[in-house]
Amino acid sequence: MDILYKVFVDPFVQMGTAPDLLVQTLWEGLVAGVLYSLIALGFVLIFKASGVFNFAQGIMVVFAALTLVGFHEHGVPAFLALALTIAVMFGLAFAVERLILRPLVNQPDIILFMATFGLTYFLIGFGELIFGGETKVMIADQLLLPRGAIDIKMAGGFVSLQKIDIAAAIIASLMVATLAIFFQRTRIGRALRAVADSHRAALSVGISLEQIWVIVWFAAGLVALTTGIMWGARSDVSFALEVIALKALPVLILGGLTSIPGAIVGGLIIGVGEKLGEFYWGPLMGSGIESWFAYVIALIFLLFRPQGLFGERIIERI
Amino acid sequence: MRATGGPEAAVGDVLLSVENVSLSFGGVKAVSDVSFDIRKGEIRAIIGPNGAGKTSMLNVINGFYHPQQGRITFKGQTRSKMRPHEAAYGGIARTFQNVALFRGMTALDNIMAGRTLKMHSGFFWQLVRYGPAMREEVEHRHRVEEIIDFLKIQEIRRVPVGRLPYGLQKRVELGRALAMEPELLLLDEPMAGMNLEEKEDMSRFVLDVNDQYGTTIALIEHDMGVVMDLSDRVVVLDHGIKIADGTPDEVKRNKAVIDAYLGVAH
Amino acid sequence: MFYREAGQFKTNYAADLAVFPIMQDRIGLAVILFIAAVIIPWFGSSFLIQAVMIPFLIFSLAAIGLNLLTGYTGLLSLGTGAFMGVGAYACYKLTSYFPSVNILIWIVASGFFSAAVGVLFGLPSLRIKGFYLAVATLAAQFFLSWCFIRLPWFYNYNASGAIEVPTRTLFGIPITGATAADTTRYFVVLGFVVVMTWVASNLVHGRIGRMWMAVRDMDLAADLIGIRLLQTKLLAFATSSFYCGVAGALLVFLWYGGAEPAVFDVNLSFFILFMVIIGGLGSLTGSFFGAALIFIMPIALRYFPPKLGIPVHPATVEHIQYMIIGALIVLFLIAEPAGLARLWQVGKQKLRVWPFPY
Repeated sequence: MDILYKVFVDPFVQMGTAPDLLVQTLWEGLVAGVLYSLIALGFVLIFKASGVFNFAQGIMVVFAALTLVGFHEHGVPAFLALALTIAVMFGLAFAVERLILRPLVNQPDIILFMATFGLTYFLIGFGELIFGGETKVMIADQLLLPRGAIDIKMAGGFVSLQKIDIAAAIIASLMVATLAIFFQRTRIGRALRAVADSHRAALSVGISLEQIWVIVWFAAGLVALTTGIMWGARSDVSFALEVIALKALPVLILGGLTSIPGAIVGGLIIGVGEKLGEFYWGPLMGSGIESWFAYVIALIFLLFRPQGLFGERIIERI
Repeated sequence: MRATGGPEAAVGDVLLSVENVSLSFGGVKAVSDVSFDIRKGEIRAIIGPNGAGKTSMLNVINGFYHPQQGRITFKGQTRSKMRPHEAAYGGIARTFQNVALFRGMTALDNIMAGRTLKMHSGFFWQLVRYGPAMREEVEHRHRVEEIIDFLKIQEIRRVPVGRLPYGLQKRVELGRALAMEPELLLLDEPMAGMNLEEKEDMSRFVLDVNDQYGTTIALIEHDMGVVMDLSDRVVVLDHGIKIADGTPDEVKRNKAVIDAYLGVAH
Repeated sequence: MFYREAGQFKTNYAADLAVFPIMQDRIGLAVILFIAAVIIPWFGSSFLIQAVMIPFLIFSLAAIGLNLLTGYTGLLSLGTGAFMGVGAYACYKLTSYFPSVNILIWIVASGFFSAAVGVLFGLPSLRIKGFYLAVATLAAQFFLSWCFIRLPWFYNYNASGAIEVPTRTLFGIPITGATAADTTRYFVVLGFVVVMTWVASNLVHGRIGRMWMAVRDMDLAADLIGIRLLQTKLLAFATSSFYCGVAGALLVFLWYGGAEPAVFDVNLSFFILFMVIIGGLGSLTGSFFGAALIFIMPIALRYFPPKLGIPVHPATVEHIQYMIIGALIVLFLIAEPAGLARLWQVGKQKLRVWPFPY
């Protein structure tokens, strides 16, 4: 009886008695959710356009952030460092296409998935070798990103919104809008969708797979860079980010692997769900349930709606 | 009339009957209100232009698709929803248009896989392999080798099926279906993509299976010559509706059938 | 000309069904077993046994476990580390509660605990496949990792969060704990690995192996020939987790002598998966090859350069190791997706026709 009360009643009572805390928690959840969405967005881009599930997206975020900070540490001014990092991400996309995607064209998806495991571990080793494993500070000020917080009086107390988080939300929205337009309206976007459907069919109508893949991985690299900057500005850059990036997987399950809006909605749901779960139910179980709570949410979802909220239904024909 | 090479298998009572079956996929009606029956020991052909719903019909009989309406009665038992492995245990086996073999395994292992539902040795004996598990393995190997002899695929026993030419793959698939010792064998375009010699071989096998084992056969086929020569009775589908049902001669002369194949709007 | 099978005719099916039908293969196996059981413990240095052979055998066992699930049944699992942890902690709790029972019994029992957990987390496999199933196994991995860290019951409320292995004996000889000699521990591990590899071989060569491979290759067709999908998949999860659980118990009790919960993290899951990929999905010998390469390579990297006079920083070794493994994964997937096992088979094939080229 006591347990039932603790699980089903008490948390909601707490929410009610301190609504400002609730709003704060919701906001924190949304903020985390935006970042998860950005990572998931990178996955969706690559999956939508090449059918590859890029497990290395998380490490690309870290790698991009580290490269940016690394350039700056060697005296390169902030915006030039940014431009150079963008070039590096392009180089990475080119290398991945040449060395991994091209040799594995037409292989089953699971093989490509496993190849991205290899890429992940390679980038982890490479990144640590070049940049060292210590935590670094993101050059947020130099990139003219806002600092400080806005405190809003509401609901009996006050809620503190970090300006950087607001900036992150705005930038993320812009990025999503741009990508959505790009996919739907442009010639290249159409070609990307064709490639996602069938490599062979796309080849036969003259679409250059290599170019498409480089473009897509570059776009994902840009998304990764943005994510890295935003996340690094909030909580410093380290390889721990890579494991957090694994959180994007439940997001994709919720949102559907092929849907950009799904990545956003899924990210927000997971972010909010996680934070609420940790704050109100966490103390019951011992802290740190954030490490698996998202996965459980996703798992429950999988059992009832395997294609996610926005994904396409998979019909198997024989 | 079908050509015979041996004693005709006695055709008996109704083994399977399809009653008023309708199947749609989200708005697309694959099969509309189709009824027919299959008698024990006969060779029944299901024909029709492309997209007529023939494969969907087989999938319904197999339990792979569940019809929105209608029932299937098999060996006196009626059901509208059946799981595929229940169909297998009930005595229905089938081959596929696109050859659904297990590509990671050899031809021999594929056919041995067909014996799975007849193998009962317990998990413990499987762990140890000597004793009852081995004896069972050898016993079933005898049966599988009979099938291999029957289909004349001895040389390719140990070849991974992914490497076999299409015609041989279809033969192995037939072998796997036969290994289940089915009462009803569903063949989905067994002759597709074959040249004349291969078709003659496959026709021979189909006839022999029916003669020697007494297996009832339902087959989908496009080659009219094959259909006329092999089958006892024919069902014709077009756009999901049954338009004819009878002996090959009757169906051949049916105006609706001719129109359907020539594409005359009706 | 040495590796011919000319003159070796099989006169009955039982002989044809043998796992090693060629006489030379059987001799080879006997030689390997002899080296493992006699030469190495007699002549091998303590370093070789403690730092190389024991962990190599343990990881091979875990790789076999994962191979049964992912290589033979086609169910990608990223939860191997967690299942190994379940075995380790189960063994620890069992021997804490019942210290007088022989530890070997508890090691086997912990396998069953791990199997039960494996079945639980394998239940979703009826409805979800491929990448989605992998994510479900990640759920298991993170949840169980969290349990090992946050639920103090697992480590007997020890302040440090780590567990230390108590001394246990067999016929009066200590086999776990600080006093156990490395040769003794080596024999125990060798015994487990030999027996369990034999059992795994029996399984995959018979009806169960065929069922698993059928589910892997085309589960719809497997369903239609009468294979019960859920039971087959759950059996794969159970067996695989049993092997991983025993491996985990051996890891803690017969190698490390203790453990921190961080040992059984997602990195361990990936490393075992890499062993299976590189060694060869769907091959038991491949599991050994993969474990050898992934496990022994970093040791070689640490050991040899100093001998050649090249100074190597230990952290750098780890980074290079990651890079090499990552690159090898991609390389193998491109060049030989069937892994080292297939290369071995191709090598044997060439040996059969040697000295002719084909």
